[in-house]
Amino acid sequence: MTAPILEVDGLRKHFPIRKGLLLREVGQVKAVDGVSFAVQPGETLGLVGESGCGKSTLGRTLVRLYEPTAGSIRYRGEDFLAVSGERLRTMRRSLQMIFQDPFASLDPRMTIARILAEPFKVHDICSPRECQERAAALLETVGLKAAHLNRYPHEFSGGQRQRISIARAIALNPDLVIADEPVSALDVSIQAQILNLMKDLQQEFALTYIFISHDLSVIDHFCDRIAVMYLGKIIEMAPREELFGNPKHPYTQALIDAIPKVGQGKRRMKQALTGEVPSPINPPSGCHFHPRCPQRFDGCDRGFPALREERRDHFVACKLYSDAVDDDVIFRSTGT
Amino acid sequence: MPESAPRDTVLKVEDLQTTFHTRIGPVRAVNGVSYSIGKGETLGVVGESGCGKSVTAFSLMRLIEPPGEVSGGAVWLGDENILEVSEERMRELRGSRMAIIFQEPMTAFNPVLTIGYQMDEQITRHLGVSRQESRERAIEMLSLVGIPAPTERYGSYPHQLSGGMRQRAMIAMALSCDPEFLIADEPTTALDVTIQGQILELIQSLQERLSMAVQFITHDLGVISEISDRVLVMYGGRTCEVAPTDVLMSTPQHPYTSALIQSIPKFGQRVARLPAIEGTVPSLYELPAGCPFQNRCPNVGRRCREVHPPLTEVARGHQVACFYPVGP
Repeated sequence: MTAPILEVDGLRKHFPIRKGLLLREVGQVKAVDGVSFAVQPGETLGLVGESGCGKSTLGRTLVRLYEPTAGSIRYRGEDFLAVSGERLRTMRRSLQMIFQDPFASLDPRMTIARILAEPFKVHDICSPRECQERAAALLETVGLKAAHLNRYPHEFSGGQRQRISIARAIALNPDLVIADEPVSALDVSIQAQILNLMKDLQQEFALTYIFISHDLSVIDHFCDRIAVMYLGKIIEMAPREELFGNPKHPYTQALIDAIPKVGQGKRRMKQALTGEVPSPINPPSGCHFHPRCPQRFDGCDRGFPALREERRDHFVACKLYSDAVDDDVIFRSTGT
Repeated sequence: MPESAPRDTVLKVEDLQTTFHTRIGPVRAVNGVSYSIGKGETLGVVGESGCGKSVTAFSLMRLIEPPGEVSGGAVWLGDENILEVSEERMRELRGSRMAIIFQEPMTAFNPVLTIGYQMDEQITRHLGVSRQESRERAIEMLSLVGIPAPTERYGSYPHQLSGGMRQRAMIAMALSCDPEFLIADEPTTALDVTIQGQILELIQSLQERLSMAVQFITHDLGVISEISDRVLVMYGGRTCEVAPTDVLMSTPQHPYTSALIQSIPKFGQRVARLPAIEGTVPSLYELPAGCPFQNRCPNVGRRCREVHPPLTEVARGHQVACFYPVGP
């Protein structure tokens, strides 16, 4: 196996909750709470989970839009959290991000030409004249016309804007692109266009993707390997066919069962899961999922189960399969 | 028009037209839509943003405000054309015989009044019961929709509930007077998939209990496929196709329906490339003459650019508005 492009180990991002006149810290939102995984060059890793599970925070922490609370991120073997200044800027060229809302991610007062020239300017790569040429070429790469360069974002539809965001993300020839719900805000008939474009670009530029989505049908279509998150932790991770063909964690099973499937006829919905995702401020003890779990048993409320390789490349964190607990969590809960 | 729904018709919409008078000129958001829904039946209405599916719903409830107006057609609820009844009568109908639930429950609740107060207001008005009876009814409804501790929640403000619970409370309020007809306008779009399953299950079980006619509006073909008996597909303010759900999903005849179904990723059926529909959804300001789908349609012919194809019955209960439909 080749060396991974990205290695994440024990990553945490906790946000303080401050209250009162002195803004004393009264608690923490543990948005990402001890996540470890590696990404191989050229693959697409899907991050899936419900709102509040920490998938977007994880995406942003990976490019240091948020500084992590603990853990390590290694990019091509180099410690990404240790670098700063010029080296950080250079490394950031290789790590780009696409956001969900193409209406919020493009500055409404900038023309498309300026938006697309910005990455070149920031990284001082070429002359203003060459910037324009490159911007025009980028637009054509993502299926728009060079004639659109002097327009403003509001003149474009949602799908076209997402194309512009993608053009900006690939401007500096990145290796790794983190796409946070890139098609969720788009009309159904436009989603397929954007997914196809992203696949074409992956082929053309040998991109590696981390693809964040709540939509399992999109994840199933787009990703090679999938990590399922629940309340700040990865609870299952496996190659796509293995995960969907042989889901092990009761939460993954419930998620798959809840996907509305096209063309299988009217069905009486059955309630797979009761209750809602608990608050990440004060997650349930033990396995965070146990209060909603249909298969919970004695002991699920003590110690978070460790993410262990159950079969080749198939990791699951559930006491149905192993008694091992995440030592780190025990250490922390006794420590405080 | 032959009546395809074998059950008792609860609602019948005939040639509905809704126009918004804008500075650029009149915009037809709904342009001649007709359908009916039977007792206990769920009609799914599917389409992309701007296709007129929500405006249709608002037109039925007479919630369109200037500069918009319902500019033509009829909506029969029983033997009354609700587009012609007085505002007074309309207030009696809304909430008692017809109700609507929205995507965002905060738009349905007043944030400064308790949930119980708002439910009481509706129940006492429509059912003419005492305060005490109305309170009992409200708490019963809250418990029926699966809200834990309904007696306490009766005194809660909307913001004190989570998204899924608010959605349940809104459903409880909408159904508190046993309406015959319910419009659900993207009620699960803002919810997580496991919560979505819970809410769909709730709507289905309440529908069975009350044998309501339900008009379920969504852009999600998966949800439509699992919850509706029949589906109506809208594009550019018009009906493209109406058919029983399994017929529509397996043998769609309108090129738009067919392309839409093919273009979405389907769970467990992986393809290397999604057959995307090229182009964008046209703005209602610049709809071409003739069929609104013409510029994205693989089957387009000269006639399509001149006249809008009429909705024609191709099989029992299956109607298509297209000159060159896709073969089965």
